[in-house]
Order: sequence, then structure tokens, then C-alpha cells
Amino acid sequence: MVTVIHPNLDDTEAKMRARDVSVFYGDKMAIDNVSIEIPTKYVTAFIGPSGCGKSTFLRTLNRMNDTIPSARVEGEILLDGEDIYRSKMDVVQLRARVGMVFQKPNPFPKSIYENIAYGPRIHGLAEGKQELDAIVETSLQRAGLWNEVKDRLEDSGTALSGGQQQRLCIARAIAVDPEVILMDEPCSALDPIATAKIEELIDELNGRYAIVIVTHSMQQAARVSQRTAFFHLGKMVEYGRTSDIFTNPLEERTKDYITGRYG
Amino acid sequence: MSERIPPTRTPVFEERLKKRYAAERRFKLAGIAAIMFSIAVLAFLLVTMTLNGIGGFQRAELTVPIDFTQAGIAGDPVVLSQPGGMQSLEAQDLPSVVEFFAEQELGPQGAAQLGSGAWREVGQAIIDDPSLLNTTATFDLPASPNLAAALNGEGSDETQALAARLVEQGKLETAFDVGFLSRADATDPQQVGIWGALKGSILTMIVTLALAFPIGVLAALYLEEYAPKNRWTDLIEVSINNLAAVPSIIFGLLGLAVFLWIFPSMRSAPLIGGMTLALMTMPVIVISGRNAIKAVPPSIRDGALAIGASPVQVVFHHVLPLALPGILTGTIIGMARALGETAPLLMIGMRAFVASPPDGFTSPATVLPVQIFLWSDEIDRGFVERTSAAIIVLLLFLLVMNGLAIYLRNKFEKKW
Repeated sequence: MVTVIHPNLDDTEAKMRARDVSVFYGDKMAIDNVSIEIPTKYVTAFIGPSGCGKSTFLRTLNRMNDTIPSARVEGEILLDGEDIYRSKMDVVQLRARVGMVFQKPNPFPKSIYENIAYGPRIHGLAEGKQELDAIVETSLQRAGLWNEVKDRLEDSGTALSGGQQQRLCIARAIAVDPEVILMDEPCSALDPIATAKIEELIDELNGRYAIVIVTHSMQQAARVSQRTAFFHLGKMVEYGRTSDIFTNPLEERTKDYITGRYG
Repeated sequence: MSERIPPTRTPVFEERLKKRYAAERRFKLAGIAAIMFSIAVLAFLLVTMTLNGIGGFQRAELTVPIDFTQAGIAGDPVVLSQPGGMQSLEAQDLPSVVEFFAEQELGPQGAAQLGSGAWREVGQAIIDDPSLLNTTATFDLPASPNLAAALNGEGSDETQALAARLVEQGKLETAFDVGFLSRADATDPQQVGIWGALKGSILTMIVTLALAFPIGVLAALYLEEYAPKNRWTDLIEVSINNLAAVPSIIFGLLGLAVFLWIFPSMRSAPLIGGMTLALMTMPVIVISGRNAIKAVPPSIRDGALAIGASPVQVVFHHVLPLALPGILTGTIIGMARALGETAPLLMIGMRAFVASPPDGFTSPATVLPVQIFLWSDEIDRGFVERTSAAIIVLLLFLLVMNGLAIYLRNKFEKKW
């Protein structure tokens, strides 16, 4: 069965393009022939029941699956037209261009400042302390964390609350000035207030970065994204404008999932 | 119709609850008993060692004034400061001069009551300060083993009587032996020192640490972070685990067969001893290091990789600093074991009689546990206390080493 793509998609520039991507863990197929375009100016949400492969697919977009020895990727994934698996593109450079935020906040056990400064420092993005300070400040500001931490930049990043930690991780991803930010259920470990702050932040970052978010919460997908892809059993079942997917799903399985019949 | 009693309020439940608490109390008591027992054993060990060992830091000393103006010894500072200074004094008959004044002071058998190398202490004092030769100086010189034993109430009646008389005159006393901490092995228990063995141990431990720590940590890092998981790495893992369990004497034989075959002239050297002990310590560091590295949360690795850190940056910026406390714990255990090790060092010749502290990594030396083993084997009664004193020094060294490692571990310990 092929993916149902809603016909009324507006023409928008694609940042990333996946063509016939399949992912295997050993002999087991986790992703089956997925093709999708990730628009530059929108937030794209991946929804679907647990184990449907949406996180796996997200992790192929910046080759984080490389760390799993048995994982194998077929098909091609293009970033600005360049195949990230088979061209000469370096994986370190790719990850600097395609940042990632994880399910559980994972700040480094270092100071808040060091958490943000680490990326720019290893990539040599700042010349001198002043420039680095400036990057740290803008990143924290964009992540909406600056006012809360500006007086305690030397405190440990792990001493922050869960929501603050997650925003710190987003700031850390922003600090290397990526083109795409992948978010793997960024709010699943957070309370509703912290979640609301992250969603607000995603809204603000929308347009500056191409954002892909995996989420279990359909309300969240509806709130923050403009494009939604529904995954089921390793296949991408349906893809379209978020409003269309939620109000007018074309596939039976999508309808069942969003109406809460399973998942 | 009777009212239903909820199961958690029945007498049976309450009976069980009591039993559950009793089991908890029993377990707690057993734990406390185990800890008390360990503390008692440790306290017993420390108390006996200290009581026995205090005597080992002391020696019987005779007070002998020497009038150098009568002796006519030429003391050119330039000659004395050269390596042959002691021989020059010996050639000028310093031993006879010392004996002469000992007889003057202590009576006809005075010279015999001095330890055999007593004149060397006088000689050393002259070398340190040649102007002594123009004055009358008083020396506290080691008594002979017989007199020292007599002071402790052993030996013949005559010697005991002599000792008692000398003590009464204030010419014989038991004094803290500073020299014990600066001399090396000797045949006379009055003349021995622990510095030779202590320095040998320090040098050996430096070599062991310098080899075992980096090799062990790098091996652990490679196996955990880079090595593919296949049959070969399984084989390596099993081999390393087995290596940690190999009896230490086997490592001694290996050192004898391999290291001394490559460096035949370095028998008894701390370098070879350290290399042998490093073989023994390395597997312990590898195993504990791998466990510590495994314990670093994968989310930290992911976080670093996701902002584009290269694998080597992930390892050195994130994994290693977080694993370091665990690695150091393993290193403490390995090094403590190496410090107390005797058997492998016997095999490579570190049980030789070495009468002067080692000059460096390649000169003959012995180490503390071997020294303790050698002294405990001596017939002379005076060695018993010296042995206990050596054990105290060994334990103190261990304490300092562990204290340093624990300090470093706490310094690097971070929470995440």
C-alpha cells in the first residue's frame, strides 16, 4: 500500500527529501519505503502509535541510527539535494546542520554556559570569548531561557527543572545554527506548563529553522505543526496539511487513530 | 449476615506484618554484626601492629663524647665532600678513634658494645660538618645487638648487668631512631632502615601506574566505544577477565622470562618490578574502566553526537570525565594489590639484599612487602620489632596512596 498524500498541498520549498527509505534492524524491517518532503518553512509532525517507526525515521534524518550497529538504511535522503548517506557529506557536518532534541532532556553535566558553548567551540564558530558569549546569549534568548538563567550561567545544567533542561537542550541545538531541528517527543517527560512553553518556543522558531517533531500527543501535533505524517507499522500511511489530516483524513487507519480508536 | 472484614485488617494479616518487621530487624542486626566484626579485626590488627611497631622505630643508643682535637684527623672539606670521603676517613683510622673514646667513656669493653657500623655515623656527621674536627662532640651511637637485647631483658647476666649500669649512668637509652626512615637494609637490626624499601616501592608504583593506567584506560575505552561486538572482542574480553584471575607468581615468572630476557642487566630494578606489576594491575583497570564507561548514560553520548561532536570528542569531552571516578576506584584497588604484592617480585630478584636506597628506576632495589618478608625471616630478635615498624610504614603508604586517589575521585565526581 502506498502513502496517501493529500492533493491540496501548497507548493513550498523542501529542505529535506526522503525517497523510498527503508530501515532495517538486522533482518527486521522498521521502516518500509517512506518518501516525504520536509518543508523549509514549516513544522512537520510525525504521529502514530508506539513502535510505528516514527522515531526511527526521525533518527535517519541526521544519521543518529549509525550508532546502532545492526541498523541499515536503504533509499536516499537528500538535504538541499545532497544524499546524506551516500555523498561525500561528513556525518559530523551533517549533524551540525541537522540538530536534534531528545525525548528525555539530556544536558551535559557541565555549567549552563558550557552546555551552550560546547557546540560552537568544537566547530570553531566563535572567535574569542566575546563572540562565544554572544552566541550563548542569543541561543538562550531564542530558547526563551535567558531571563531565567542569565544570573547563574555557571550553575550546572542538570540543576535546572525538567522544562528548563529541555529548553537548554534546544538552545544547545540552536547554538550551532543548524538548518533543521529534529525533536523526538520533546515534551513527553514534561508537565503541561513546561510543555506549553516548549510549544510556544517551537512556534517562535518556526520559519527560522525547518522543524520536525515526533509526538504522541495529537493535540500537540495539531497545535504546533503545519504538516502531519501518520505512521503505522513502519509505513507512512498519510501525509498532508495538519488541518486536513485532523479534520478530513482520507485513510481509515488515520481516522481510527486520531479519533482514539487505538494507539 | 456478618460484616465483611477487609483482608488487610484480619488478624492473619497483622501476624504476617509482625513477622515481616521481625525479618527486617534480623537482617539489620546481621549487617551490623558483620560490620562490627570487620571493625574489631581491623582494630586488633592496628593495635597489635602499633604496639609492636613502636619499638621498631626506636633503638638502643650509647652516648659517646669524642674529642677530635686529640685524634689528628685531617678533614679537608673538599676531599670529604667527594664520593670517597668515607674511605678517606676510614684510611685515617676513624673506626679506631671511635673505639678508643668508647672505651674511655664506657670502660674496658666499651668498644665491643658499639654497633659494628657505628663509626660510619660519626663519619657521616664529619662529612656533613667538617668543622666538628676542631671540637669535642657528643654522639648517640647505636649499641651492639647484644647490648640492645640486654636492654630488653634478654641475653647473658653480665651483659644485662652492664646495660643496667650504663642506663643508670645515663649513657645508654632507647631513643627514637630518625635514621630508620633514611637508611636501607643491613645485617644488624640496630642499623637497618626502611627508606631503601620505601623508595623502591615508590619507584615501582610510579612505573606500575605510568604503564597500567594509560594502557588500561585506553583498552577499556577502545573495547567499549569503538570495538565491534563480535567473536574476537568476546575472546579478548574473556582473556582479560582471566588475566585478572591469574595468580601473581605467574606474572613474576613472565617478568623473569620476558622482561629480564630483554633487559638482562636490570635484575632487581624497580623498572622491571613495575612492569611486572603493571601486567597484573592492567586487567583490573580495564574491567573496572569498562564498567564505569558502560555506566555513562547513552543520552549524554547522543546529546554530544547530535550537535556534531566526533566520536573521539564524545569520548574525551564527555564519556571519560564522567567515567573517571569509577576508573579511579578500579585503579585504587589494582594499585593497592600491586603495592602489597610479594611473590612476583621475588621471581625477578627484588629479594636481594640491597644495603643502599636505589638511585633510580634501574638500580637494584627491594620493596616494602618483600623487605617485611625478609626481616620476618631473620633469626636476630631485634628484627621482630623492625618488621612491625616496616608493616606500619607499608600501611601508612597504602593509606596515603588511597587517600590521594579518593581525593581525586571526589574531585572528578559529578552528578547527572
